[in-house]
Amino acid sequence: MAEPQRARPKPTPETQHFWDGTKAGELRLQRCDACAHVYFPPRPFCPSCASRKVSIFKASGKGFLYSYVINHRPAAPGFTPPYAIAVVEFDEGPRMMSNIIDCPQTPEALELDMKLEVAFEALDDKITLPVFRPAKG
Amino acid sequence: MRSNQVAVVGAAETTELGVIPNASQLQLHADAALNAIADAGLKLSDIDGFATAVETPQQVCHYLGIKPTWVDGTSVGGCSFMLHVRHAAAAIEAGLCKTVLITHAESGKSMIGKAPRSIPADSLQGQFEAPFGVYGPPSMFPIPVLRFMKTYGITHEQLASVAVVQREWAAKNPRAMMKDPITVADVLNSRMIAYPFRLLQCCLVTDGGGALILTSADRARDFPRKPVYIMGTGESVETPMVSQMETFNSSRAFKTAGPLAFREAGIAHKDVDHLMIYDAFAHLPLFGLGDLGFMPHEETGKFIADGNTRPGGKLPLNTNGGGLSYMHSGMYGMYALQESVRQMRGIAPAQVANAKISVCHGVGGMFAASGTIVFTNER
Repeated sequence: MAEPQRARPKPTPETQHFWDGTKAGELRLQRCDACAHVYFPPRPFCPSCASRKVSIFKASGKGFLYSYVINHRPAAPGFTPPYAIAVVEFDEGPRMMSNIIDCPQTPEALELDMKLEVAFEALDDKITLPVFRPAKG
Repeated sequence: MRSNQVAVVGAAETTELGVIPNASQLQLHADAALNAIADAGLKLSDIDGFATAVETPQQVCHYLGIKPTWVDGTSVGGCSFMLHVRHAAAAIEAGLCKTVLITHAESGKSMIGKAPRSIPADSLQGQFEAPFGVYGPPSMFPIPVLRFMKTYGITHEQLASVAVVQREWAAKNPRAMMKDPITVADVLNSRMIAYPFRLLQCCLVTDGGGALILTSADRARDFPRKPVYIMGTGESVETPMVSQMETFNSSRAFKTAGPLAFREAGIAHKDVDHLMIYDAFAHLPLFGLGDLGFMPHEETGKFIADGNTRPGGKLPLNTNGGGLSYMHSGMYGMYALQESVRQMRGIAPAQVANAKISVCHGVGGMFAASGTIVFTNER
């Protein structure tokens, strides 16, 4: 039997632009044309004012470490424990779950509020995940 | 809704709690229901309203032979039963039905007749959480904790003390799964599950169930048990994705449901004699004490570590031992409600002397939903 694989996202019509973006090396968020609210996860209307006039834009990919756990057990298929499951807050406001790379997966190294920047990790030819590394400089 | 118009007149857990390898989840629903019906001195044919979660109302009603004229299948996680109580009280007051049975059961440990939980790959959780290695509640529910600790200056020792204090309560409950005393050091040296949480800060995984029967307060006087009145209720939902909570410094669902229930009951925090806060993990009582307005969040860790919620303390909390030590089948809200009812009836194994008002606060999912019920034994 094949090794159990990491959970793979399956895009929907409303989220396809996000996954097209990560594949192209861009982190795409949405902004409301009416009230300027920036939001995530993707949807074709503003969850703040209900306007359907919204735009997709390339986000800075910069943010900070809002919170995390270091998961030991049970480990998800495709993961080797211990590994951090992090929530990143973008400079643009929204937060998303992700993983932290290029950093020891320890409480000492993973300091809350540390600056992070996006990186991209291809799972296969369809899906590329946004992950984060400590920001340089 | 008006206070004290509806009462709990039947309440029971499954005959056994813990590891039950000889019964399916559906049979556990029936076992709890039959025990509650016996407790209320009723027949199944007296039930005209029914509510349950996870299993459908039609599944359980057919199995039990109940023919309801009102049903509620609200299924928002472990606090679903708090919402059922709220909805049932409204339905009884509105005249939609007279006698409501609410059941919960879960073969959480033995997994007999229980569908596995799965996250579709095209759901928002499947796209934006599952790929990053979350795998069951222990990897998700504690995600807000480090931010909460930093914001409010809560220490690891204070969070460990939650488990220690609840074990003291569990020791007084013959049906509690874990009764041996533990120390803060024991908690902090137990196996790491998902930093910062260790084994003794995570709930048990067990089999069991419970059921409640509600009717109008006027009819309740004719039942064999002391009526326990529904004094106030609240509910809300926020998000199924823990990463998308408005803030990790509190729960919006808690802050909505809790104050609603207090306002409806017309009580102040000093009036609360007994408190249940659903503790799937050790941080939940801290969120609950703060979000329900008992004290600023900053003080919650010290409040518990100083012994204020332990036996003999000024605010008895989770007096059955909680999800950490009593039992946790996966949807613990029903057991919190059962303990509040026992305390209001005056028959709890660790009875709080002269308790007249009990607040029972539940969570569903990972801060996804919330329900709060204020009970009283005085009308």
